[in-house]
Amino acid sequence: MTKIITENLHLHYGENHALRGIDLNIHANKITALIGPSGCGKSTFLKTLNRMNDSVPNIKITGKVLLDGEDIYDSTVDVTKLRKKAGMVFQSPNPFPMSIYDNVAYGLRIHGIKKRVLIDEIVERSLQGAAIWDEVKDRLRTPALALSGGQQQRLCIARTLAVSPEAILMDEPTSALDPISTMKIEELMSELAKKYTVVIVTHNMQQAARISDYTAFFLLGEMIEYDKTNNIFAAPKDQRTENYITGRFG
Amino acid sequence: MENSITRTSSITRKRKLKKPVETIMNVIFLICGLAAVVSVILISLYMVFSGAPAIAKIGPLKFLAGQIWNPEVNDFGILPLILSSVTATGLAILIAVPAALCAAIFLTHIAKKRVATVLLFLVELLAGIPSVVYGLLGAILIVPLVFKAQTALGMPMSGSLLSASIVLVIMILPTIISVSVASINTVPKQYNDVSLALGSSKMQSIMRAIIPAAKSGIVSGIVLGVGRAIGETMAVMMVAGNAPIMPELLKPARLLTVGISMEWAYSSGLHRDALYGIGLVLFVFIMIINILLSSILKKGNNTGNK
Ligand SMILES: Nc1ncnc2c1ncn2[C@@H]1O[C@H](COP(=O)(O)OP(=O)(O)O)[C@@H](O)[C@H]1O
Ligand SMILES: [Mg+2]
Repeated sequence: MTKIITENLHLHYGENHALRGIDLNIHANKITALIGPSGCGKSTFLKTLNRMNDSVPNIKITGKVLLDGEDIYDSTVDVTKLRKKAGMVFQSPNPFPMSIYDNVAYGLRIHGIKKRVLIDEIVERSLQGAAIWDEVKDRLRTPALALSGGQQQRLCIARTLAVSPEAILMDEPTSALDPISTMKIEELMSELAKKYTVVIVTHNMQQAARISDYTAFFLLGEMIEYDKTNNIFAAPKDQRTENYITGRFG
Repeated sequence: MENSITRTSSITRKRKLKKPVETIMNVIFLICGLAAVVSVILISLYMVFSGAPAIAKIGPLKFLAGQIWNPEVNDFGILPLILSSVTATGLAILIAVPAALCAAIFLTHIAKKRVATVLLFLVELLAGIPSVVYGLLGAILIVPLVFKAQTALGMPMSGSLLSASIVLVIMILPTIISVSVASINTVPKQYNDVSLALGSSKMQSIMRAIIPAAKSGIVSGIVLGVGRAIGETMAVMMVAGNAPIMPELLKPARLLTVGISMEWAYSSGLHRDALYGIGLVLFVFIMIINILLSSILKKGNNTGNK
């Protein structure tokens, strides 16, 4: 089943043609990895999927992005609903300077949920979903910034889960973490794919190979190749993909 | 065994003493630190020793709760002054804080970059203007406006508590705005992005993510502004009418600061000692407000980092 489709997606930052006609079908409940050398447009592409680059000055986006068949760039779209449905986890762990509990409850309160019992319940469920509940359940009221980097990133995932997204967009979520925290998040991602559609940008090819079901290779704003992860790594069709994954450039 | 140590340079100190420069610097820092602490203690002691005798002589109750201030017949009741100070500064804070916050949000997140830069420059300029200028401004612009209200209500035209409050508001706004803007600008942009990515509106992310993260800086701005308002003398004296009566918005009022400065030059004996007494009350008043404000600050901040 397809969750997100992009059709002939072009993006210009002023003169910079950063995305050059991307056509991609992102499958529901799978992990799709976006790989490619830095500056090739992975983050830019990810942000077009929940319109996080709307406010960039001089940006021009053409083509289509369909989420469950609806064009997210249509003028009738409520961006806040879109972002609730397609949540995002950023590169560096960035909890708010509030308690662990308030971090997870943040999105709920934004969306007008006031009932204490309900918030308690969702906070617990989200922290469990992000595999951090056992580590923090006794100190929900303590500052989130006192957690370790890896815990903070899982907390940020919990914060995203709390607003019940259907897709989760992650931009290099482990690049600021140590190997053990990275491993925990990778395990978590496989777990998440059971319920959510996961799109992850990574500059780490081993990571893409380990965890993703599909891989898209980007180069200079173009999508060069997209296939099942096994195929991409075992038998890439394009010479440029092969060069990249064998480490000949990038 | 062949593992004898051959050492070309040693990491131990040659002499027991640390480097002399370090020692000298340490002593200098110690002296500066002590000087600050000692002068605070000396000032406090001086205030108490010079203010307390008069209060004792007049009687603490008669002094603090007395409603009549008439030095000629030895009536030294400063309740009107205390209440006027509390009302005027309280009112000024109530108006200035929300207004300043809105202005700071406007300057940091709503106004166009160029507009914001110009406005902020002006605000910072205003923060440095001497208070007597604000007094003049108040006397020319605000007092006449209040005159109209007074005439309309059939009251005599005079300086008033209201005029004093308004002048204080205008005076402390730039301070609170510029400190708040600086503190909002230090909030990482990420907080805004995260909030938007969770589906918040721009206003929600300002009010719920950015402002709370900037809170401690904003409160310092408020403390600075409030400090300036409580201690202000000149600007207030020029617009408040300065009669030592119980505070009413449209009637003249004498604040604690004005109470001291107005009569200082010609006072003597018990009268002068009573003015020292007012000084002590003002001192305690400012202490209480600072402690209150900073405890509110600490309380609200125990869930985040500093
Ligand atoms: N906000 C922006 N404004 C202007 N140019 C940008 C912006 N973000 C990215 N770019 C440019 O778009 C290109 C792709 O960047 P990015 O998507 O961040 O690459 P990646 O994530 O693959 O490293 C780069 O040339 C970058 O300089
Ligand atoms: Mg990137």
